[in-house]
Amino acid sequence: MSDFVIQTHNLTRYFGQKAAVQQVNLSVPRGGVFALMGRNGSGKTTAIRMLLGLMSPTRGSAEVLGVDSAHLTPEIRARIGYLTEGHFVYGWMRVRECAKFQADCFPHWNQKVFDAVIDHFGLDADAKAGTLSRGERAGLCLAMTLAPEPELLVLDDPALGLDPVARRALVEAMLAVTSRKDRTILLSSHYLDDVERVADHLAILDSGVLRVHCSVDEFRERVGRWILRFGEGPREIPEIEGIVHSRILEDEVQLTIANPTDETERLLAGTGAISIERVSLSLDQTVIDYLTQRGRSGSLLQIVGAGTKPDVPISDPEPSAASAESS
Amino acid sequence: MAVDFQISIGSTVPIYRQIIDGVRRGVTNGELAVGDQLPSVRALAERLLVNHNTVAKAYQALVRDGVIESRHGRGVFVAKRRNIYTKAERHRRLDAALQAFVGEALLLDFDDAEIRQAVEKKLNDANGRKKRGDQ
Repeated sequence: MSDFVIQTHNLTRYFGQKAAVQQVNLSVPRGGVFALMGRNGSGKTTAIRMLLGLMSPTRGSAEVLGVDSAHLTPEIRARIGYLTEGHFVYGWMRVRECAKFQADCFPHWNQKVFDAVIDHFGLDADAKAGTLSRGERAGLCLAMTLAPEPELLVLDDPALGLDPVARRALVEAMLAVTSRKDRTILLSSHYLDDVERVADHLAILDSGVLRVHCSVDEFRERVGRWILRFGEGPREIPEIEGIVHSRILEDEVQLTIANPTDETERLLAGTGAISIERVSLSLDQTVIDYLTQRGRSGSLLQIVGAGTKPDVPISDPEPSAASAESS
Repeated sequence: MAVDFQISIGSTVPIYRQIIDGVRRGVTNGELAVGDQLPSVRALAERLLVNHNTVAKAYQALVRDGVIESRHGRGVFVAKRRNIYTKAERHRRLDAALQAFVGEALLLDFDDAEIRQAVEKKLNDANGRKKRGDQ
């Protein structure tokens, strides 16, 4: 049996002239949580829809649970749980009717799982689905997706619009599912906190191109930030391979660099900076650096010159002067 | 059982590293005594609300470093202290820790006498706790 529950081979999809997904080679190992990240419109949902055979690729192919996505049989589909974006439910059904309706579609149905998830999200089984809040609807959809006990769970932005309590319940549910080693979750999410808690692996899509594909730990080890300080004179961003993101601040240049080597260190030393320091990055900073368009000089904060520049200590005697100069 | 550290999400320190540091801190400051049982991987993952592979990875590193030991079928326990490092490695690690500490202390404008006194006090505290833990 393949060790990968999902594999794609140069998966590509065009909408007219626009490539939504370009030559993506994704391998999702069995077990654990695989996070698929990327900005809105980066191709995550398109890729997921192709994986599940809901849309055909322009080129390339995908395999899910060892079967070509274009030929998924009902038996294979029954082993996959798919939670779509937006938590769609039939509003006129009661919660318990939703369960019965869904159970009829699956050969295997664990009512205990359904009841546990409903309970976890604090839902009344007699409530009309149409009257539920967004978080409750998410809980209902999750219960319907989990009760067939799928081997592979595909969650497309499940946390969108959820309040912190519902989001926490979702994280708990994901951890409960993957406490079984043979269960895999493909999670598309914008919530870096949740991803940091649950994910083993991480992929980042940027304008349809796969830019990161590794374990979360490896990602953190292989991307670093350097702070270069210069004396008087021009500060330019050096030409160094692997620069993911750069920012020119008042008195320093910040460079986020992927896959640094000895050569990187050598090039950094040759920039004429009076000090060069490597600093640690949090997961969210690293991902944001990856997702921020290159060429734009930095964050919105910096552009509008608000006095909230994180590099300025709170006790700075002249915060307004500092922020004015940097903008 | 005295494993009550918190982890912070969004930190520059990866979660598995925070767990390693938390257990190590518990052992060095005496909150965790030799032979104390640690929560199972599953229990700690549930409590910290993190992926259990993350906890497993931290435990593996702690076992490798001789801080804890896994007794088959019974769980994970704080191990008897033994030196698994070479003499050179021990010195290297001590030096790294000292460098950070002395640098920080000097940056805070403490003078030599004050720093020595603070170290002395910390050592006394740690020894006192260890004695109480032995009883």
